[in-house]
Amino acid sequence: MKQMNQTVAAEVEYIPLGEAAILVEFGKAINLEIHRKVKALADYLDNNSFCGMIEYVAAFSSITVFYDPLAVKRSNSRMKQVADQSAFEIVAAILKNLVDQLDCSTKNNPNIIEIPVCYGGEFGPDLEVVASHNQLDIDEVIHIHSSGEYLVYMIGFAPGFPYLGGLDERISTPRRQSPRTTIPARTVGIAGMQTGVYPIATPGGWQLIGRTPIELFRPKQHPPSLLQAGDLVKFKPISLQEYQEYEGESQ
Amino acid sequence: MSIKVLHPGLLTSIQDIGRYGYQKHGVIVSGAMDAYSLRIANLLVGNEENTAVLEITLLGPRLQIEEDLLIAITGGDLSPTVDDVAIPMWRPVYLKQGSVLKFGACKSGCRTYLAVGGGYQLPDVMNSKSTYLRAGIGGFHGRALKKDDCLMLAPLHERSARLMAQLAANKANQSFSASSWFFGRHHLTQQSAIHVIRVTRGIQYDCFSNETKQEVFNQIYHVTPQSDRMGYRLAGKPLMLAKPLEMISEAVALGTVQVPPDGNPIILLADRQTVGGYPKIAQVALVDIPKVAQVKPGGQIQFCEISGYEAEELYMAREKLIDHVKTAIDLKLIEG
Repeated sequence: MKQMNQTVAAEVEYIPLGEAAILVEFGKAINLEIHRKVKALADYLDNNSFCGMIEYVAAFSSITVFYDPLAVKRSNSRMKQVADQSAFEIVAAILKNLVDQLDCSTKNNPNIIEIPVCYGGEFGPDLEVVASHNQLDIDEVIHIHSSGEYLVYMIGFAPGFPYLGGLDERISTPRRQSPRTTIPARTVGIAGMQTGVYPIATPGGWQLIGRTPIELFRPKQHPPSLLQAGDLVKFKPISLQEYQEYEGESQ
Repeated sequence: MSIKVLHPGLLTSIQDIGRYGYQKHGVIVSGAMDAYSLRIANLLVGNEENTAVLEITLLGPRLQIEEDLLIAITGGDLSPTVDDVAIPMWRPVYLKQGSVLKFGACKSGCRTYLAVGGGYQLPDVMNSKSTYLRAGIGGFHGRALKKDDCLMLAPLHERSARLMAQLAANKANQSFSASSWFFGRHHLTQQSAIHVIRVTRGIQYDCFSNETKQEVFNQIYHVTPQSDRMGYRLAGKPLMLAKPLEMISEAVALGTVQVPPDGNPIILLADRQTVGGYPKIAQVALVDIPKVAQVKPGGQIQFCEISGYEAEELYMAREKLIDHVKTAIDLKLIEG
């Protein structure tokens, strides 16, 4: 295992993002192997933050760690060998040391989260566009979309918004020519090779295919995001009646 | 008893230092655009520096003061008055119950901070009282203030109460009374038309064309009217990449200067999204964020390059300055 870890470490870059954040870049591609490394460091930081660390953002192939330079300097000022180092150098050294020891070998069982979706109708005004673009009928689109298993690569853009990997090419559809000024919260969409759910109302150019009755952003709960990086998502088709029952239950 | 909103102004919202620890869930930081002014305003009234205050933008509100208050106003000068008499900024001020606090012409900057002793009585959402307008959470019911809103106040700290009592005793025949001492070193003293903003090179700086690498620090940008709490959109000669760049979305930070395909840079500010996929040409030094936040739409900005080490040293110096201010104000509050 040790040997593999050394190769992990060799490819990693540590780049300042201003004077209070550092980008740890595991590679320049979107793939499972890099995702595992990102996830391993994220999991570690969730349980072991260092003095002066504020928070981190995990992305496709990088983790950015935000810190307070003054707190970092102060907590390390008594160590002679770092007295002259900048806060960035101290944080980079801490993270390098961490990444060197990172264990990406443990295959954790991902959470599988089922998201019920009422496809089409007023919830999915672009379902027909997706179908005709791919020369499929509507039921085939629903079947393909809801048979897939999607990996949450990262959360960002909007609170609880998942960047999902794994869309079937057969239903890939370009964005709309002109974006809508507002898309209702919980709408499920497709854009190119991406699919996802808008947690809050926002403007956007995605093709809208349905809506889920469940909230992806839950500000009063902890964590506030239903989905976390590393989770697997499955979409389950439900009828309008089931949709309304879900909504009724949650009220 | 409370503060009642007679007129809300253009965009008046509750903000503190920001909502940290939730960016990994896609939750933006928010918080005061000019956090320096927020921190000083709080220190002047004896609050913790992170206490929530009112952030007032360009056109200020009219507020009915329904109980005796200790306040401090910092940031941009929007000509604050109490019962139509001008009141000074950057110092503690006692306001008498029944008076009306009003803001007028914009003399400098564009964002004013109103701290009240004790702070506002509002629930924390994810450890912060900052208003996150788009998600409709935090602050006052997740939105900007409206006419007839009533802001309830939290109890004063003992030392703030003592200062308020002293100021109240000196009020003569006015509805207010200001302390003779004040904090005078701030970022709004520069009066030149072009705001010089110190930046370090961004992560993708090297991906831009040679011409652009030079120009980015030489040309003067206009802050467009499309600028808001999320970011300042700048207009100038378009910044060009050396060759097309396939970017994978990664985190952005406060002060990141990103360049979308049209070549016009955007400085990301308090309500920035957590991740972005545009190349980052520069990064505003954190000490200069308050300066940026006070530039009005239509204003002019020029970037001046500094090293990462210099940015860090400036940050340390700023924090030490605030520490000194805190100590000095603590002494004033104890002495009275």
